[in-house]
Amino acid sequence: MDNIVEIRDLRKTYAGGFEALKGVNLSIKKGEILALLGPNGAGKTTLISTICGITNPGSGSVLVGGHDVVTQYRDARRLIGLVPQEINLEPFSKVKDTVAFSRGLFGKPRNPALIERILRQLSLWEKRDARVVELSGGMKRRVLIAKALSHEPEVLFLDEPTAGVDVELRKDMWDIVAELKELGTTIILTTHYIEEAEAIADRIGVISSGQLLLVEEKAELMARLGQKRLQIDLQDKLSAVPDVLVEYNLELVEDGQALRYTYDTRGERTGITRLLGDLASAGITLTDIQTEQSSLEEIFVGLVKEGAA
Amino acid sequence: MNWAAIRVIYVTEMARFFRTIAQSFISPVISTSLYFVVFGAAIGSRINEVEGVSYGAFIVPGLIMLSVMTQAITNASFGIYFPKFIGTIYELLSAPVNFLEIVLGFVGAAATKALFIGLVILGTAALFVDVQILHPVAMISFLVLTCLSFSLFGFIIGIWAQSFEQLQLIPLLVVTPLVFLGGSFYSISMLPPIWQSITLFNPVVYLISGFRWSFFGVADVPIALSLLAIAGFTALCLAAVWWIFRTGWRIRG
Repeated sequence: MDNIVEIRDLRKTYAGGFEALKGVNLSIKKGEILALLGPNGAGKTTLISTICGITNPGSGSVLVGGHDVVTQYRDARRLIGLVPQEINLEPFSKVKDTVAFSRGLFGKPRNPALIERILRQLSLWEKRDARVVELSGGMKRRVLIAKALSHEPEVLFLDEPTAGVDVELRKDMWDIVAELKELGTTIILTTHYIEEAEAIADRIGVISSGQLLLVEEKAELMARLGQKRLQIDLQDKLSAVPDVLVEYNLELVEDGQALRYTYDTRGERTGITRLLGDLASAGITLTDIQTEQSSLEEIFVGLVKEGAA
Repeated sequence: MNWAAIRVIYVTEMARFFRTIAQSFISPVISTSLYFVVFGAAIGSRINEVEGVSYGAFIVPGLIMLSVMTQAITNASFGIYFPKFIGTIYELLSAPVNFLEIVLGFVGAAATKALFIGLVILGTAALFVDVQILHPVAMISFLVLTCLSFSLFGFIIGIWAQSFEQLQLIPLLVVTPLVFLGGSFYSISMLPPIWQSITLFNPVVYLISGFRWSFFGVADVPIALSLLAIAGFTALCLAAVWWIFRTGWRIRG
């Protein structure tokens, strides 16, 4: 089985009537890093909370490792580690105690050697006897990760791991995620930072208003990003694209006052030189040319707007 | 059964108790001593024996019950309210544990603390008056059952409460009056007949009466009724907790 998480038509309406999830379908592959990208209130946290058992699902099903998260919650939850968005920690516990507590809660026998390895990996070993209340914000976030890893989960959910975190710590967090992936952990993280999704994810899902708008390999999304548009402003209006220019797939825009050419910057040839030559041969006079690139941000905003419409 | 989870919840809850062991120990000792000074020496000297027992000794079971009930409720309600308040409850909800395991951990720890306080008060009382225990097995059983059932009740209050004020509301407004009016410091036979009947609607009467019976062999109500009352109360609380976890009431969105 390749998919470790299978979500089918998941819906959730809160008691107040707010529909947080409107039929989400999602398969998460074993070993991948999936970034769920979306604005605040999109349903990212509700989705994670429902999978992890913090929120009751409305309808639909969620399987983790083939186990239903409601009827076979013990088997499902054993596979899951959760790093919540808020820093929710018992302030007076010692770091090593709170991490060992989490391991016990998941039914695993004590294993000080493993706890030491996790604390060292997260640069927390020096602070093992410190109380949580004495730690900096970044350290507390690491403690949350250590707790989530304490029972050796196969799937790790990180809910906005870098929200409100400084640049340095964000880079650290990305390194930690990369290391975990090396060790074979499947990672699902939510974020509203596009560059974060871009930096660490294998696949990117865009979620807005409780709907999953797309899930795509990052490379494919980046390919869309690699597309540039060349706008050619014309001296004289055209009523149609001349036949000789058909092969370029030009669009006639601005009431026939301009032509738009879309090309791939990563291709060996962009075709621009030939196009300009052909334009000249066709006797078309240009007044200006400009290029523009759509960013992931634009794609994202476009999708969110489409979704809202 | 997830025994490891029960163990870590229990140990973590007890650790909080041991962090403040001095306060946990000293406060019941001082308050018990004060009760004996006021009720035993000052007032008790003017009261004759109650049903053949000196007044000082007569109030010992009620005094233990008063502290055990309030301590059990306070400890258990705070124990589960605190994770709700600081947000660490997410971990309990996302762990492979069922309601029974969570309850055993939290309620077990709260009951242990209450039992400890009860025994400390018994020890302190023994310094002031001659305490005899006619039915030690019944005494321990009543004590343990009271610790457990009131811890369960406290656990429910902790889940129900949405603020620290609410957390204090039930113990202050309901439990303390019921315990004071439940015959902690008097036999209900000392009341006018109409009040004797009204008092029988107070569930705490049955607990204190049964507990006192295990000390002195005298009771306000039949011992079987006392046993039934405590068993019924425990069952009621268990059913409520089971329902809470089944529906996720006030803990799971």
